[in-house]
Amino acid sequence: MALDIFSEKGVPLDRQVFTWRELAGKPFSKLNDDAFTRVRVILMNGIESEALRFSHACARMNGALQGPLARVRRIEQHQQTLVNWLNPGDQSPLETTIGFEQTAIEVTASVAQNEPDPYLAQVFRFGLLEDFDHLYRYSALYDRLEGKDANNLTQCYTDITAGRPTVVQHRDPADDLRAPYQRSTAAPLTKLNAYTIMAGEHQTHDYYMNIGPTFSDPVARELYAEIASIEEQHVTQYESIIDPNESWLEKWLLHEATEVYNYWSCVESEGNRRIKGIWERFLAYELGQLHYVMELFKSIERRDPAEVLPQQLPTRIKFESQREFVRQTLAREVDFRAIGTQIVPLAAEAPDSPSVRYREQLNSQGSPTETVAAGYIYSPGTELANPVTGSKEGRLV
Amino acid sequence: MSAHTDPIDLGANRTGMATSPLDARKLIEGATLGVPAGIPSDAQGGADALEEERVLYSREAGPLGTLPPPVSLKGAASTIIQGLKGKDANGFIDLLGERLAFERSGVRLYELLAVKLDAASDSHAPTRAEIEDIRRDELAHFTLLKGALEKLGADPTAVTPSADAIAVASSGVVKLLADPRTTLTEALKGILTVELVDNDSWLLLADVARRMGQEELAVQFHDALAQEQRHLARVRGWLAQAIDGQIGLKSAADDRRTDVNAPPPA
Repeated sequence: MALDIFSEKGVPLDRQVFTWRELAGKPFSKLNDDAFTRVRVILMNGIESEALRFSHACARMNGALQGPLARVRRIEQHQQTLVNWLNPGDQSPLETTIGFEQTAIEVTASVAQNEPDPYLAQVFRFGLLEDFDHLYRYSALYDRLEGKDANNLTQCYTDITAGRPTVVQHRDPADDLRAPYQRSTAAPLTKLNAYTIMAGEHQTHDYYMNIGPTFSDPVARELYAEIASIEEQHVTQYESIIDPNESWLEKWLLHEATEVYNYWSCVESEGNRRIKGIWERFLAYELGQLHYVMELFKSIERRDPAEVLPQQLPTRIKFESQREFVRQTLAREVDFRAIGTQIVPLAAEAPDSPSVRYREQLNSQGSPTETVAAGYIYSPGTELANPVTGSKEGRLV
Repeated sequence: MSAHTDPIDLGANRTGMATSPLDARKLIEGATLGVPAGIPSDAQGGADALEEERVLYSREAGPLGTLPPPVSLKGAASTIIQGLKGKDANGFIDLLGERLAFERSGVRLYELLAVKLDAASDSHAPTRAEIEDIRRDELAHFTLLKGALEKLGADPTAVTPSADAIAVASSGVVKLLADPRTTLTEALKGILTVELVDNDSWLLLADVARRMGQEELAVQFHDALAQEQRHLARVRGWLAQAIDGQIGLKSAADDRRTDVNAPPPA
């Protein structure tokens, strides 16, 4: 059912309240809940985290907006807490990491297929194959460090195999910038897609930067250092596809619309009734926040929000396995590279290009992502359960 | 600190109060500045407040998870599962899943222990071959449990609730052994906790299998227990030897090793 974001007013700000017990509520079950419940929790934590990040940046540049921003931001803070605290205590940081990569793969794949702009769809597919590779590397770590099976978390929705090897994902900063959509002509869905994936990638980066040093294993510490660097590249990529000429208020409006869009997508697909109730509640909260910002947009910028927002939200994000699309993309585009703002075939990258020189230096003492997954083939129950790799693994010397 | 610094050398450890005698006095004075004076902590709830909050959450919390449904009820699996009905087959499968996950992770722990051995400059015990022996046993135990679960019609790739719980409990041991700064001796302390748990768990599992009428499994589990007892004896011996070496009581180590309940094989 379509959602008319102009007529649906949601819950007014003064009724968006919480208690500590609500914020630190009952988590989902790592064993029993569907993997896509974890995916939605991770995504929505990223969306809320971006809401806070943007709000602070905006406040630092716009004195007149500090009051309204602070008011909405406090609610976003508590929304993020409630969502992020749905992660259970028996889910280790590495397990959460595997959830982050599954989120990146499945959500980006859904977005790439919905994206009306062919260039931006290409950009999403480009990033998708890199996160796909990260899942493989972290799964190898999980197996080889702890003797555990990543598919216990990903639940057969997502293939665990090499994508574009992380070792070649390192690029010169100039090769991570993409061409932005044009704010006056881009489809509303293009904007929502860009804001969604930027938010998810930024939170992924921040998460790896926080938990990387909590590992004691030197290979894990190296691995997080390497993949966090790629996530930084991805944030650079995805923030560059957003038109920098959008005004601050326009960006705020789009952030709120993105939150509405994402919660609306979560509501449709959530199978856990209690958590679905949270998505419904927060959809109503976000509609309230969106209308609050619409009023600011009208009164401060003297512009009609309908210039920026669609009357009805477009196609929802699909929280389901995108295996076939990912496999097709892998088969066609795994060797692609980026030169400037363009995604190009491998042959177009010169041996002395800035990105090649950059990665040669960075990888000159070895590559953690190569080390951790050397010869790794995912096998149900870990590689120790595989008669071939298990037997090979049986030799320490 | 250099790579050659021994953890029992005297150094610049700053964690104790005695490191800062003047500031320590101020710290103790300062502790009462922000709280009402003269009221016993019990009157303000004390640690009981935490307990009440935890009880509240515990009453509302569900379990970590539940068991998955059986994979197959055909053929042999059907017969066995039928035989277990009324004797809580689910609880048995949960225990099997726990031991399977523990043994599989144990394989990786002994690989980490081998790294300690490789990195240690002057270790005489254990030997590489001894670690490899135990690692091979852990892998064999994992395979045994995988087969047992398959015969019972259960999915050996699933994480059972007990497997999840024990993985949380033992996660610190992985962290300890993977840390390049920890010594072989420190690693052996971690391994000892694992082997102690493993011994009791196999004893329990073998006993449960026997009482559930699973005689074949009970025999296999008793064999595994015997191997685990030898692992424990070896680890105790290595640790005693390492600690005695550290504090200069090498002769005492030999005496202590004879006290181990199940001595290592000749």
